[in-house]
Amino acid sequence: MEAKQKAKANLSKHLLQMKFMQRSALRVQKEEYEQDKCIDDEHWKRDIVVLKPKQNKFVLEPSYTYCEELRFGRMSHKGFNPEIEKLMTTQDRDLDLVRAEEHEKETSVNDEEMAKRYSSLVGTIAKKFTKRQNEKPVDSDESEEGEIMASVRNSKKKRYTYSVTSEKHIERKQKYVKQKT
Amino acid sequence: MPEVGSVVLPGDVITDLKGSESSGKTVLGPGLRIDSQNVQDERNEIVVCKPGILRHRDPNVYWVDSHQKRYIPTKGDSIIGIVTIKSGDNFRVDIGSNELASLSYLAFEGATKRNRPDVKIGDLVYARIVVANKDMEPEIVCIDSMGRSSGLGVIREGGFLLHCSLNLVRKILSKECPLLKLLGSTLPYETAIGMNGRIWIKGRSTVETITIINAIEKSEFSSNEQIKAMVRQTMDHLSGF
Repeated sequence: MEAKQKAKANLSKHLLQMKFMQRSALRVQKEEYEQDKCIDDEHWKRDIVVLKPKQNKFVLEPSYTYCEELRFGRMSHKGFNPEIEKLMTTQDRDLDLVRAEEHEKETSVNDEEMAKRYSSLVGTIAKKFTKRQNEKPVDSDESEEGEIMASVRNSKKKRYTYSVTSEKHIERKQKYVKQKT
Repeated sequence: MPEVGSVVLPGDVITDLKGSESSGKTVLGPGLRIDSQNVQDERNEIVVCKPGILRHRDPNVYWVDSHQKRYIPTKGDSIIGIVTIKSGDNFRVDIGSNELASLSYLAFEGATKRNRPDVKIGDLVYARIVVANKDMEPEIVCIDSMGRSSGLGVIREGGFLLHCSLNLVRKILSKECPLLKLLGSTLPYETAIGMNGRIWIKGRSTVETITIINAIEKSEFSSNEQIKAMVRQTMDHLSGF
C-alpha cells in the first residue's frame, strides 16, 4: 500500500499533464490541497496575534439612493408596459421585506443579548421562588399534594367510566348474539 | 455644530452624530467626509464637503442635500446613458459625468459572444453603475447580478428625454412625492428616471408626453400640496375643461 501511494506521489509532472492521467492528476492536486489546508490551519492558529480591531465608527455611503430610500426609476402606470409593472410590484415587495428586516435588526434583541438577559433572569426568578418557599413552605407543599390527589381522582374516574362503558358494550354484544341465535 | 435641517457649507465640522444602537456605527452619505488628519487620533470629526442642507434619517444615516446639475458617478445608481461610440467589445456611453462610461456588449440580458445585443449609436440605455472610482472611468451594465435585465436595457420606443437637476430626480423618486403616482392615476405612461438628471417619458400621445414633462418640470420647487393641485389642474386642462 505504502509503496503504491509513494509511487503515485512520485508521478512526474509531465506524465500527469497527459490526457489519460487527468483524473489521477486531479486527485493528486486535491490531496496536495488538503494537505496544504491542514498545515495552513495549524499555521494560522499559532501565528494569530490578538489585534485590537481598529475602531471605525463611520461607514461611507456615497449613494443618495440608499440615504434617501429612493425608488427604482423604471416605472409604468395604468398598464402602459405590463412587463415593467410586474417588475415594480415584485421590487416593492422585496424592498419592503428588506426594510422590515433592517428595522427589526435595529430594534430587536440579538441572540447573545437574549441569552445574557435570560441567564440573569433565571437567577432573579429563582430567587423569587426560593423566597416564597421560605415564607410559606407548608402552603406550597399542600397545594402540590392537593393537585396530585385531584389528578389521581380524575384518572380513577376516567378509568371507572371507561370500565362501565366497556361492560355495557359487552352486555349489548351478548344480547345481540342471543337475539341472532 | 450645525443642526440637522440647517444649511452647511464645505469646511463645516460636524460632531455628535448619532450611531446605530446595535453596532454604534454612523453612515455618512454624500457631502460628508471623515477629516483625514484626525483619523489617527480617533477624534470623530466629520467635515462637510458640499454646500447644502444637512439631512438625517433614523437611525444613523446623515448626508448633505445639495443642489447640483453635474452628475458624479456613484456605484449602484441607475442612470440613463446615450451610446456615443461603438469600439470593439465596449460601447462608450455618455452618462453626463466628466467621462464617458464603458458598457460591455456582454452586459445585456441574453447576450453572448455570438449573439450581440442590437445597440446603435444614439440609443438610450437605462443602466446601473457597477464601477465608480475617481481614478477610473465608470463602468455600467444592463443586467442585475442574476443576469436578468430587471428593467434595464436599451430604451427605443420613442418618448422624450428631459434633462433636469439631480435634485428634481431625487425629489420625484422619493417615497413622499406623490407626483408620478398622481400622473399615473389618470394617464397611462412609462418612464425611466436616471439618477444623472435624465428623465425619459413616454405617454400614449405626444400631447400627453408633453403634459407629463411639464408637470415634472413644474414640480421642482413645489410642495406636495402644490403638486397635487397642479396635477389636478393640468389634467383638467388636458381633458378640455
